[in-house]
Amino acid sequence: MNPFTFTQSKDLDGVLAALGNGAARPIAGGTNLLDLMKEGVMAPPQLVDINGLGLDQVEAGEDGGLLLGALARNADTAYSPLVRERFPLLSSAILAGASPQLRNMASNGGNLMQRTRCVYFYDIGTACNKREPGTGCPARDGVNRQHAILGTSEACIATHPSDMCVALRALDATVHVQSSSGKRAIPFADFHRLPEDRPEVDNTLRPGELITHITVPEADRFSAHSAYIKVRDRLSYAFALVSVAAALDLDDAGAIRAARIALGGVAHKPWRVEAAEEQLVGQQPGEAQFTRVADAILQGARGYGHNDFKLTLARNAIVQALSTAARGTDFASGQKGDQA
Amino acid sequence: MELHQQYPVRLRINGQDREFNVESWVTLLDLLRERAGMTGTKKGCDQGQCGACTVLVDGKRINSCLTLAVMQDGKEITTVEGLASGDELHPLQQAFIDCDAFQCGYCTPGQLCSAVGLINEGQARSRDDVRELMSGNICRCGAYPQIADAVVQIMDLRARDGAQDGGAGSDAKPDFTTGAVLA
Repeated sequence: MNPFTFTQSKDLDGVLAALGNGAARPIAGGTNLLDLMKEGVMAPPQLVDINGLGLDQVEAGEDGGLLLGALARNADTAYSPLVRERFPLLSSAILAGASPQLRNMASNGGNLMQRTRCVYFYDIGTACNKREPGTGCPARDGVNRQHAILGTSEACIATHPSDMCVALRALDATVHVQSSSGKRAIPFADFHRLPEDRPEVDNTLRPGELITHITVPEADRFSAHSAYIKVRDRLSYAFALVSVAAALDLDDAGAIRAARIALGGVAHKPWRVEAAEEQLVGQQPGEAQFTRVADAILQGARGYGHNDFKLTLARNAIVQALSTAARGTDFASGQKGDQA
Repeated sequence: MELHQQYPVRLRINGQDREFNVESWVTLLDLLRERAGMTGTKKGCDQGQCGACTVLVDGKRINSCLTLAVMQDGKEITTVEGLASGDELHPLQQAFIDCDAFQCGYCTPGQLCSAVGLINEGQARSRDDVRELMSGNICRCGAYPQIADAVVQIMDLRARDGAQDGGAGSDAKPDFTTGAVLA
């Protein structure tokens, strides 16, 4: 790791002042940042330990919603009875990610700030537009089994690695941030960005801003019919090849009143196409309808060689997630899940 | 040689108060092994992928390779050296021996600390849950079935103990889902 100065603060204003100076980076769980620093991918000259700030709420928010402090741990969030019972999609997505040790360490804010797991981004011996703008993207013609099939650019085909963020996108969460100059609320859809010609910028956080909390609006109409499906190379502790967060609001006759579908492992940000979800309104759940929606969501998708299989995999995973959600939320499936 | 700033760190390691002065970038793992002389905690991958460095911080299992020592100032650390009571092995240690839950033994300190953390968390209700919730610990010898046997054996003991005190039995349903699907 590079040499750096280290400070701890229990005072939000002090932290924001330090972050406002530009050189400092906040550290909470550290599970991604320290890993990247060991690899030489990131080398901040100053770390500010923000674990003393509190900001660890996992509690009911306004109007039946949910308030998650940026420093609440992923494990505490996922296992909270409130989240488990009323936002099972979120609980399930968090528990699909990482390992128990990492979920005990990782903060909710840090989960949003995770950087891509692209092997070229991690390997400082190679070119990478995200790590060193302008050097090129070897992934396009290289080992790209894990890479994106949607929203890619000439400059970058990396994916965002989070599971939690896929559920937060489906649930229309809001990211609350603060800097020395004030507070701002960012709709989840606008927090992460597509690579375009600036892949080095993962999100729309401005310099000096810190995530303080995340809110999720009331989602009780979806809680009985939601599913997070994560397809990966081993049954646990691996990043998603494709993941799908699906939630349905069904009326008494079983027809779909509303649908939410977000994908992980396929793009630089959680992928959601609201217009496609509209197609399901008024329909009965069924494979034919779900397949049509999957095709609409995946419109424009393309492979880069090793990841061509993701086009079919994503389509099937969407259908499976929606079918699973239609059958009813599995609040207690352990790790067994649905086998592909 | 350039001198770098030293940061004071106070830790209670296995019940003993210890003080150190370390550079900012020293991980908890390196402090334990190189500064505290406690080499029971193993360095496997040093990137949070193998779990060999698992220790308990205030009773919670974490990867000690992915946290800075300075971030843990004031915390209570339990390593594999702290599990036994004198010459009496921790029940999990005895269960690992009884179940033949290791071959080379390199991952075992992490497996043991992880299993203690798993039991503290109280989320596992079945053998499948144990397998899932021990997935952060890699065993290249492939002793996974025996490791699960050992943990399940101890949890059953705990459940019986709990039942005598009016606690929950061992047949409760799991309370979580991970949406796992194999490609």
